This record gives sequence, C-alpha cells and structure tokens, in this order.
Amino acid sequence: MTDVGIGTRATAAAIAAPRGYGTLRRLLRHRSFLIGFTIIALLAILAVLAPLITPIDPSAMRVRLRFRPPQAAFWFGTDQFGRDVFTRVLYGARISLFVGFAVCVVSGLCSAVLGVIAAQLRRLDSAIMRLMDALMSFPAILLALGIAAALGPRVSSVIIALTVAYIPAGVRIVRAAALTVREMDFVQAAQVSGASSLRIVLRHILPNCLSPLLVHLTFIFAYAMLAEAALSFLGVGIQPPIASWGNIIAEGRDYATQAWWVMLFPGIAISLAALSLNLLGDALGDMLDPRLKGGE
Amino acid sequence: MVDQPIVEVRDLRKTFSVKHAGGVSTLHALSGVNFEIMRGETLGLVGESGSGKTTAGRILVGLVPAGSGSVRLFGHDITGADGKAQLAKVRARLQFVFQDPYASLNPRMRIGSAIAEPLDIAGGWSRKDRNGRVAELLDLVGLPKTSIDRYPHEFSGGQRQRIVIARALALNPQFVVCDEPVSALDVSMQAQVVNLLLDLQDRLGLSYLFIAHDLAVVRAVSTRVAVMYAGSIVETAPKSQIYSDPQHPYSRALLDAVPRADPNYVRHPVVSGEVPSLLDPPPGCCFHPRCPFAFERCRVEVPILRESGPDRRVACHLFT
Amino acid sequence: MAAPLLSIRNLTVQFRVDTGWVTAIDDVSLDVGAGDCVGVVGESGSGKSVTALSVLQLHDRVSTRMPSGSILYQDDDLLRAKGSTMRRIRGSEIAMIFQDPMSSLNPVLTIADQISETLRQHQGLTGAAARRRVVELLGLVRIPDAARRADDYPHRLSGGMRQRVMIAMAIACKPRLLIADEPTTALDVTIQAQILELLRDLRRELGMSVMLISHDLGVIAEFAQRVVVMYAGRVVEAAPVTQLFRRPVHPYTMGLIAAVPALDSEAPRLTTIAGRIPGPQEIIPGCRFSPRCALVQPSCLDEPPSMQTVGDGQSARCPPRIQVLGVRHG
Ligand SMILES: Nc1ncnc2c1ncn2[C@@H]1O[C@H](COP(=O)(O)OP(=O)(O)OP(=O)(O)O)[C@@H](O)[C@H]1O
Ligand SMILES: Nc1ncnc2c1ncn2[C@@H]1O[C@H](COP(=O)(O)OP(=O)(O)OP(=O)(O)O)[C@@H](O)[C@H]1O
Ligand code: SF4
Ligand code: SF4
Ligand SMILES: [Mg+2]
Ligand SMILES: [Mg+2]
Repeated sequence: MTDVGIGTRATAAAIAAPRGYGTLRRLLRHRSFLIGFTIIALLAILAVLAPLITPIDPSAMRVRLRFRPPQAAFWFGTDQFGRDVFTRVLYGARISLFVGFAVCVVSGLCSAVLGVIAAQLRRLDSAIMRLMDALMSFPAILLALGIAAALGPRVSSVIIALTVAYIPAGVRIVRAAALTVREMDFVQAAQVSGASSLRIVLRHILPNCLSPLLVHLTFIFAYAMLAEAALSFLGVGIQPPIASWGNIIAEGRDYATQAWWVMLFPGIAISLAALSLNLLGDALGDMLDPRLKGGE
Repeated sequence: MVDQPIVEVRDLRKTFSVKHAGGVSTLHALSGVNFEIMRGETLGLVGESGSGKTTAGRILVGLVPAGSGSVRLFGHDITGADGKAQLAKVRARLQFVFQDPYASLNPRMRIGSAIAEPLDIAGGWSRKDRNGRVAELLDLVGLPKTSIDRYPHEFSGGQRQRIVIARALALNPQFVVCDEPVSALDVSMQAQVVNLLLDLQDRLGLSYLFIAHDLAVVRAVSTRVAVMYAGSIVETAPKSQIYSDPQHPYSRALLDAVPRADPNYVRHPVVSGEVPSLLDPPPGCCFHPRCPFAFERCRVEVPILRESGPDRRVACHLFT
Repeated sequence: MAAPLLSIRNLTVQFRVDTGWVTAIDDVSLDVGAGDCVGVVGESGSGKSVTALSVLQLHDRVSTRMPSGSILYQDDDLLRAKGSTMRRIRGSEIAMIFQDPMSSLNPVLTIADQISETLRQHQGLTGAAARRRVVELLGLVRIPDAARRADDYPHRLSGGMRQRVMIAMAIACKPRLLIADEPTTALDVTIQAQILELLRDLRRELGMSVMLISHDLGVIAEFAQRVVVMYAGRVVEAAPVTQLFRRPVHPYTMGLIAAVPALDSEAPRLTTIAGRIPGPQEIIPGCRFSPRCALVQPSCLDEPPSMQTVGDGQSARCPPRIQVLGVRHG
C-alpha cells in the first residue's frame, strides 16, 4: 500500500496481466533482470560443474600449504588446513544455492497451498492466519535459529528451519491475491457454468496468485542464503567438513587478521548472489506489477 | 401450444446481514419481486443503483441462493427443497454476462480455453468437436479464428465482451442474464455488442434479462421493461409505453434524469431527497419520502404490483 | 483568462512492446483552468486514460517514455517532478477516479479502512474524526445507511456503490483538480445526476477543477464547459461545449454525435461509426481518421494535419473541413 490516496491498488495491480506483449520477451529486455539472471545462472553452472573446473578435493588438507595468499596456483588462497578456498567456494555454492533454492520451492509450495486454503475455506482462515501471526511475531532469523538448534546441525534442518521462518509472509501474499481473484467475475462465470471448487482453484485462482508469489520468492532465495550463512556462522548451520559459503566464512573468522582472503571470497560470492537475486526480484516486480512501481 | 414463460419469479425476497459497529442489521435487498420472461423475449431491467438488479440476476443463475419466494426456470423450481438438483437440470440452459469485460476473462487463460470452459466443465466433448465448436463460436461473434491462442489483454473492451458472449453461448443456452454488458463500452462498441445480442436472439431464439442504466440502450434491446426501486419492481410495461407514458412516479423521475447530448437542454429538476435505506425500509410505499404525489395512504400501505392497462403493471396507489 | 491550473503541452507517450516503441498519444495539448471542467471524449483506445495517467505519472517507468512535452501544474512540470513532489500532489492536490472501481479497491479492507487511510495520509485525520468524515463522505455520494455500510467489504456493495466509494475517496481531501475517468458508468441516471450535482457544488465551493473523461456525450454536454475530442492518440478537436454540439468541425466529432443512441428513436439497431479505431502500432499516412472518413481528400493522405483554429475557442485537425466552413481566423 504505497499510496492509498490514488486507490489501494497493490494486490489488484499485481495480478493484472501486463498490457504489453510477451512477458518473457519484456523481461529479457529489462536490464536488471538480465544482469541478475546472468549472474545467478553463472553461479549455478559453476556450482554444478565444480568437479570439472577444479581438480582439487575441497576437503583435502595439505598442512604444508596453509594460509597461502591468493596467487596463480591458488586463486583465492588457502585456509588454515591448506584447503583451496577457490575450490571450497565453488563447492560451497552447491550447498548455499541448494539451500536457497530448496527453501524457495518448499516455502513457495506451502505458502500457495495454505494461502489458497485460507482464502477459500473461511472456516480455516482465522486458524491459519493466527498461526502465521504467531510465527511472524518472532524475527525470522531467531525462529530459524531456534528450530535449527532443536533439529541438530544438518542441511535438512537448516532448510526446514528457514522454510518455516519464511512461510508466513508467503501465505499472506497468496491469501491476499486469492481473496482478490476470488471476487473477480471470471471466477463467477466459471461457477455459473457449474465448475467445481477444485477446478476454480486450479484453473483460475492459483495461476493468478503466482506472480506476486514469484516476486516474493526471489527475495526469499536471497534471504535464505544469507540466513544459512548466519546460522552456520552461529554454529547451528551446516557443519564442516561440508563447505557452504556460510561455514567457510565462519571458519575463516578466527584467522581474519592473518588470512583475510578466507572470509573475503565467500563473502563476495554471497553478496553477489544476494544482489543479483534482488535485481531479479525487482525486475519481476516491475514487470508483473507495473502500476505499483509507476506509482512510487 | 400455450406460451409458457421460461422464467417465472414469484414474490422473491432476499436479505443479507450487514455487520457494523452497532451490531448486525438486516439488509432487504429484494422485497417481493415478481416478473416473468417469455421465450424469445428480452426483459429490460432498469432502476436505482443498489436496488437489487444484480442480486435478482444472480439468483436466477444460482450464484446467490434465494431467500424466500419461488423462481421457476423452464418449469423447474430452483428454490424448492430439491432446488440444487433442479438447478443442475437447467444449468446448461442458463448463462450470465458480466458488466466488466476486463474482469470477466481470466488474464492467464488463452481465449480458446476460456470459450471452451463451459464445454470442459460439462464434459463429454471430444477434442475435435470441442475445437470445432470454439471456432464456430468465434465466427458467431465475429472474431478471427487466430484469436484462440491469444490472451485477453490483447483485445479491446468490445472484443472482450464478444469473447465473453461467445463463452456464454458455448452450450447453446436459452436464457442469458446480461448484467450491464455494455456500460463499460464506448458508443460504437456498445452498438456492436447490442446489435450482436439482437442478431443472436433472432437466429437462436434466446431470451434475455438485460440489466442496464442506459435507457436508450434498453429501448433498443428490450421487448418489455421493468423498473426497480429499493428491492421491488415498481412498474413493468411494453417498451414503447414505458418511454412514452411512464406511470410510476419513479419511472418518470428516471426518464427525466436522462442527460441529453445537447448543452442547451434544460431538464426537470431531478428527484430530490435521500436514497432509500434498505436496512430500515420506510413503511408503506418505499418511494413515498421522495414522491411528489405521496398522500396519506402511501405512508402506511405497501402498494402491490397491479394491472394498470393491457400488458402493464404498476405498484402505486395513484393507479387503483 | 488567468494561467490555467493544469496545462498539458505537446505531450507524447510511448510504450515498449514486442517490436519496439509505440506511440500511444502524440502531441496532446490541453488546458484546465481553475474551477473549470474540461470534458475528454473519444472511442476506446483513443488515449484518454493514458493522458490522465500521465498527469499523475502513474505509468510503469520501465516500459514507458515521454520523449516530448510538458505537464505544467501550477509551478511544477510534473514530467520532471521529484518523487516527493509527486507524492504530495497525488491525492491531496490532484485526485483521480479510476476507470475500474473493482480493481482499484482492496478486497480485503473495508471501505471505511480505505477511505480513512487516505484521510490519515493526506489530512492527518484519525480516530473518531476520521470516522465522522468517512460517513459524511459516503453520505455525500449517496450511499444509503452510510454509517452502517462503512464497515462492509467492497464485494458486498453493488457495482454503482463501489463506483461511488471511489468518488468519495477521490474527493476526500478536497483536491484542486479532479481527474474523473468514466466516473458514472455504473450509476443510474438519477444518482448520476446527483453525483454531477455534487461535483458542481465542489467546483463552486472549493473552486475545484475537473477533467471529465466519458464516452457519454450526454454527461459531457451537461457538465463540461470545454470539450477535447481525441482520436487514435491525438486531439482532433477542442471547443467550448455549446460550440462543439452546435457546429462540430471534425468529421469524427460529427460521427460521435450522430452515434449517440436516442431515447426516442424506434430504430431496431444502434448506429455505429463505420470502421474501427487503429491501434497505436498501425501506420496510417496523413490523417489517422482518413480510412473511416467520408470526406477524405487526396491531400489528407499527404501529411498529418495540424491543429488549426476555427474561431471562438474552437480548433480542429481537419484542413478540408475548415476550408469548407470558411471561418478561419488568426
Ligand atoms: N453479498 C452481499 N452481502 C451483503 N450485501 C449485499 C451482497 N450483495 C449485494 N448486497 C447489497 O444488496 C443491495 C443490492 O445490490 P445489487 O448489486 O443487487 O444492486 P444493483 O441494483 O445491481 O445496483 P447497481 O446498479 O449499482 O449495480 C446493495 O445494497 C448491496 O450492498
Ligand atoms: N501500458 C501500456 N502498454 C502498451 N500499450 C498501452 C498501454 N496503455 C495503453 N496502451 C495503448 O494505448 C492506447 C490508448 O489507451 P487508453 O487506455 O488511453 O484508451 P482510452 O481512450 O482510455 O480507452 P477506453 O475508453 O477504453 O478507456 C490503446 O491502444 C492501448 O492499447
Ligand atoms: S404509492 Fe404513493 S408514494 Fe408511492 S409512488 Fe405512488 S403516489 Fe408516490
Ligand atoms: S483531414 Fe481529411 S481524412 Fe482527416 S478528418 Fe479531415 S477530411 Fe477526413
Ligand atoms: Mg449491479
Ligand atoms: Mg480509458
């Protein structure tokens, strides 16, 4: 609700189809979308191809080669066990991007289902929303910290913790959009023709709630990666020897003064990924939600 | 064969409850509505905004359950104990066209799927028959076949309304409720859509309930006109008579208020006074607080809709 | 006449589509004086809403550009105004009634919430004072039982009531300029007359100016003082209202007036203007109306006609007609 003086168009505009032609083509012409998309795609490719790019084992320790600064042989230098930081950052990308992606998908699915249920079944609405309010009353990172600590330090528990932390916001977005769509005439037109509730949800309501959710999820992707780093940093995240950007930084912290490179490079990787996801989300928001952005 | 009305509405009532700071009040959206529609006929429904026109139309197609009274469609009573089952029997013969051509098509659905939706819901159409039918419908409403793969935002308001009409006609309905189908359109598109509806009526023998505010458009499409005020029908008459000789004081007020495309036209002062409350309707005639002819009886006795001439009825104590 | 309150000068707006940029409106100029009402008419797609949205800078910035022109409001050029200036102007100085009431109201908030949010933002009204004003506004736009309907959600109101809520929201902060995009399409004629009366009162009491976009020439004839006729993104005629109906110059204006459905006609069909309005992507040499024009001359296809003054504040974009009328002044 940026400017109620001109009408509360937030959700309504978000689900209105853009008036131009070919959303995808429009997106590809959008500069921040292109930049964001290219960087994320590149990082993902590097992560997948990591074994081909670097022959070194990410957890191979070579004590003789401890704390080598960045040089031709070790682009990002080596850490306290002589492991190659470049290799570890590449392998870390696999875990970090995986965690971000998994949180995105799982919380996206849960948000869609819960949001639509809340909007459609008025009897469950207040129960679901009260639960979401309760979850939301904790800061997401604190909630995740608690859950991750309780479930033990594993990749799966980090994903579960972050998913739970980010669901409430998604549910709210989907519910608001679904409530808007529900009242639209095309839904009633389907009812006149005798459509079942399931058909109405699947064919009419869900497809029209996806674009605001999608925008939201790109931000969740970025938050989840940052939060994974924070959890690892606090020791309840992904544990060594598995490399994630978060725990590389956490491990490098103790030697920050003598070997700055151990923390710096994964830090840059995280910032880069988060930044490009934000660009991506902004661009999607711009494209799918023209009036809201124009009204700023 | 005796001409049976295909739609018969008797003493239809509907209330909604309205929550507010002071508690819950009952809103009388429809308080005793009577009309019928014959085969091949168009009943124009005009009247005050908020008087219950849309509610009546929605009840006819089962979007809103009736309160009390009876609604018979093609001889089936959809308001009785087994109303749901009766409605299911006639559902394929009913359709609804909405006011807003921008909101009545799913923005994420291609035109082809939108038009085929009633077919898909009804089921039993082979792929080939279904696509053939869609093509036929597009042709019927005068849109190119290439429209099938396009999305609603690529069409103008008038074109969208044609698509909506094509969708409504998919299962060959016999009765279509048109709720302000041309209000959002400019004059040329209005004419296109109205002329299309008239052509389809000639060719397919459709009956319409045509809700509108534009009295000139209503005149062009209707056989008979019903005027609504505060949840009741106050007058029904063949269209030529309602325009030349309106009987109910509200019908007269309505006709007097039509703006003319003539800057020098000085019109009668518009009926003044408060719009009627549906939460506590006035006793007696609901128009009496604003009626220039109101007399004692109007304040105590509700006028009922009575014969006041050949094929016309009015609910006003002046005509008894 | 004093300097106008709003002055749109040679405004061009382009949108980005598949094939590049298309020009939705081209070289549009119009003035709205303080306390005036200017009517804007034209078929669907003629660019009326694009013009209106430009004034409030509500186009999506990424896929819109305005390569030329200016929009002067008092001392500001809104095309170049800062975000903070725009925010101040929107809602409190210039308010807009949007064409589509349903998508402009938030379905999850009650109408009282939505109107009081506007009041809070622009007038700092809260609590009981805001509530009183909300009820007063709903009463002004003729919503019955305003005090008890204020807590209803938009979908529980009738179509015409939703449109009136939009109007209430727009006039809530007593704007100096009201842009009303098809404000009365969902209203019956008696309430429409009362709403127009209300706007007339506001013009009298507050000196509010109105830019009224409508396809109903009846409403325009009754309410506007000047009329601007748009066709395919251009202004084709501008005139004082009596002049426009007495002697329309542009063939398109004549067509529009002839197509008004008459209340007393027995004709079984409504009249249309033959042909259809071209989209912004279609290239038409010379006069954009020529494919539909009964009076077309070979010279019309040579170059786009320019706006010429006919006299008495009337001007039009049709040299052949102006020549025939033979009333050219300065
Ligand atoms: N679902 C609902 N809940 C509560 N009240 C409702 C509901 N639907 C309609 N109403 C009320 O019933 C009354 C009649 O509404 P309806 O939409 O039938 O009017 P209408 O004659 O179609 O008016 P318009 O010409 O403005 O569209 C209005 O006061 C409206 O607020
Ligand atoms: N965001 C946009 N992107 C691309 N084209 C647009 C956009 N907005 C408007 N247009 C095009 O600009 C032209 C003018 O549109 P506009 O909405 O101003 O018409 P209008 O005169 O308001 O019509 P109506 O009476 O239907 O409201 C149309 O051809 C329309 O398709
Ligand atoms: S019954 Fe009485 S108050 Fe009602 S319309 Fe007739 S004269 Fe007027
Ligand atoms: S310039 Fe020519 S084509 Fe255009 S409106 Fe005038 S006569 Fe017709
Ligand atoms: Mg209605
Ligand atoms: Mg418009």
